[in-house]
Amino acid sequence: MNDVMNDNTVTKACIIDEVYERVNALQEEESEQVITKKEASEYVEAVLETMKDELARGQEIKVSGFGKFEVRAKGRRMGRNPRTNVEIEIPARCVLRFKVSQVLKDRLNGKR
Amino acid sequence: MTKSQLIEAVSERINLPKKRAEDIVNAVFDTMADALVENRRIEVRGFGSFSIREYDARMGRNPRTNEAVEVDAKKSIHFKVGKELRERVADVEN
Repeated sequence: MNDVMNDNTVTKACIIDEVYERVNALQEEESEQVITKKEASEYVEAVLETMKDELARGQEIKVSGFGKFEVRAKGRRMGRNPRTNVEIEIPARCVLRFKVSQVLKDRLNGKR
Repeated sequence: MTKSQLIEAVSERINLPKKRAEDIVNAVFDTMADALVENRRIEVRGFGSFSIREYDARMGRNPRTNEAVEVDAKKSIHFKVGKELRERVADVEN
């Protein structure tokens, strides 16, 4: 991957740079219009915002070859503050769960 | 929502031709998958982070036959939801 990503963590800025390069590499072959860095940034933000809005409506997102994000309801339960030992009620809420796709899991484990 | 529906939604949201939205969405997930395969972690503010978890080989048991089997060492991905998204999802009524 890109040498802009010098440490081991890929940030949003790294993703934008990489998307910029990958999308423009495609355009050369298809002689379409190239995108600017600024556009790449807007587009990546749009993908993330669309995903967040969908999840905030309780909908799941399934991306083949990557994984599935799903919103799950959690019941109310009693918890305890480990520092003060005081019991508190943790209200019912929804949480986000990610399940990695089998394809990506296999790639991760060198099976493909 | 599937990937093709995500592509459609992105295309409508920012008025982008569908083909271009498709290239963008594919590039985003390919970039992230490739990074994870290269053993890197991903951190996207407001959304969440993905990290690699490594599990050692262990002895397991086939629950049906009760036979001992060796389970290979493996890697998997752990996702931790970001604060903003966690708070938005917590309020979902379903």
